[in-house]
Amino acid sequence: MIKIVKRDQPPRAIFFFTPVLAIFLTLVAGGLIFFILGFKPFEALKFFFIVPIADKYGFSELLLKATPLCLIAIGLSFCFKSNNWNIGAEGQLTFGAIVSGGVALLFYEQEGFYILPIVILAGAIGGMLYASIPAILKTYFNTNEILVSLMLVYVSKLILDYLVVGPWSNPEGFNFPETRQFSDSAKLPLLFEGLRIHAGIFLALAAVVISWFVFYKTYLGFQMKVSGFSLKTARYAGYKGKKMIILVFLISGACAGLAGVGEITGPIGQLHREISPDYGFTAIIVAFLGRLHPVGIIFASLVVAITYLGAETAQIFMQIPKYTGQVFQGMILFFLLASDYLLFFKIKFIGSKK
Amino acid sequence: MIIDINFIGLIIASIMASAVPLILASCGELITERSGVLNLGVEGMMIIGAISGFALMTVTGSLIIAVFGAMLAGVLISTIFAFLTQTLITNHVATGLALTIFGIGISAMIGKNFVGIPGKEFPVLFEGLKDTIPLLGPILFGHSIVFYFAFALPFITSYFLKKTKIGLIVRAVGDSPESASNQGINVKLVRYACILYGGAMSGLAGAYLSMIYTPQWIENMTGGRGWIALALVVFSTWNPIKILIGAMIFGGLTIIQFHMQAIGVRIPVQFLTALPYIVTIIVLVVISRDSRKIRLSTPSSLGKSFHKDN
Repeated sequence: MIKIVKRDQPPRAIFFFTPVLAIFLTLVAGGLIFFILGFKPFEALKFFFIVPIADKYGFSELLLKATPLCLIAIGLSFCFKSNNWNIGAEGQLTFGAIVSGGVALLFYEQEGFYILPIVILAGAIGGMLYASIPAILKTYFNTNEILVSLMLVYVSKLILDYLVVGPWSNPEGFNFPETRQFSDSAKLPLLFEGLRIHAGIFLALAAVVISWFVFYKTYLGFQMKVSGFSLKTARYAGYKGKKMIILVFLISGACAGLAGVGEITGPIGQLHREISPDYGFTAIIVAFLGRLHPVGIIFASLVVAITYLGAETAQIFMQIPKYTGQVFQGMILFFLLASDYLLFFKIKFIGSKK
Repeated sequence: MIIDINFIGLIIASIMASAVPLILASCGELITERSGVLNLGVEGMMIIGAISGFALMTVTGSLIIAVFGAMLAGVLISTIFAFLTQTLITNHVATGLALTIFGIGISAMIGKNFVGIPGKEFPVLFEGLKDTIPLLGPILFGHSIVFYFAFALPFITSYFLKKTKIGLIVRAVGDSPESASNQGINVKLVRYACILYGGAMSGLAGAYLSMIYTPQWIENMTGGRGWIALALVVFSTWNPIKILIGAMIFGGLTIIQFHMQAIGVRIPVQFLTALPYIVTIIVLVVISRDSRKIRLSTPSSLGKSFHKDN
């Protein structure tokens, strides 16, 4: 007999154990899918999760992909903790990249130590501006932030498309939909010779430290937590709800914008149509998998980054479409949400003997 | 300037055709939401329907199997959502997002072998009557059965919710699950059924896209229509008849954009493509501004989990 009992309080150990369980279940289900598709499950999983990061170059690529995921997820955790459903980080990333890319193009063929900080700042401001739209509409017009932030993703991608095809396209670029290459002073420095990992990783690490401090050491962090648990309590305690909504959106927009800067001034070095393989959406999964905890998010971003690399390797060696990565990402979130059941309910096995 | 009256009829018909997937998915989601469940996975269920319909049509050659198979695929994928949100009591928003991401991925995986295969012609009804009446002829006649079903659906849905006993139960579950449960209604069962129905309609909407509207399979071919369908439900303030109006506006924006490009209006194509999304936002703002009104029409328990302790 199995009996299900409601728990009084979610145990902390299970809170951090379920993400691990979710990853394990995803691997099992993934192996099963590969088997159905006619591949040897263990070999396929090896191609997906181990081969891509087996050497120095692969590890650098892992960090390269984990950096924007971590940065955006940290920003999103501010929103999610306080019950604000910003799911348009992809748009904030894109708009941040547009603004910082525009500034970088202004400094075309110029050199100077001051250029990079201005470009980075521009990206953060761009992301904040874009995130302020759903925030303001939510606070002053009562508009659903989920739909608004999402619609804005499509709009931002079309703005980018317009710019790189039209006014910002490279005059010597044979009509390719891309801008000029940024000058070296507008690019994030590479950390190692021959590897693509760049200084953007420090932005992500700084975000981790700052968010940890804000969450656990400041009054603001406490307020956010209370609003997340119960909006009524927060209102009763006299917290300024509107200000907080706008603030968390701005923080999350800034982080997404910075992730955009990292992409275009790091590995890409110019603006073109596809600057992000949906990092903004995937980061939502990262935020949940990391339990909205800064340290958890670091681990989660590394795990989810592998799905990107794995999908690329699988595409090359097994001719599986790169969208397989999304199948894994969706499954991780499914299993994570499902295993949360264990947080709130205890499953008791009772012997069937009388 | 001479304007051919039948040309106007054709434009209106093409607007209606582009409104079909929105009407189908929105009416399905409306029932789901009326029962108190917010399923953000419409885009994912739609794309699953699109690939299932197209794949079944190519493999079996039967249009009937393909259409019903696509609906069944929508039901199957929404079962994941139903199991998670109802049985395991997970958060609706996060689960719906996972469903969309998963759906897009799995559809591309299945669709790998179907890229570039030409579709089949889908039979249309009353083709011969098209030229009999000016203006109205092309609007009323010569469409697929799915087209006619879509335009009947808002009225059927409205009748179902207002006049039938099951419709009343659905609304009761959405507005007050506790009292419905006290009346002996199995809240979770009703919600399961409404989620699965929403999945079937999204699946049909997807099949319409890949089998009738643009008969071919392209990765990610739903292109955000699922999200617009979700926005339409809010736009309609959960009234099926208004979905019809909203879907026509959005269909119109899509079609007008093509025609403006054709007659050489010098507006960047990206701006026109962005128009439906921008208009969605504006409409949402206008409707939501009156918080009292939106609260009155929103199903009270929307997005909230219901769990009865034993």
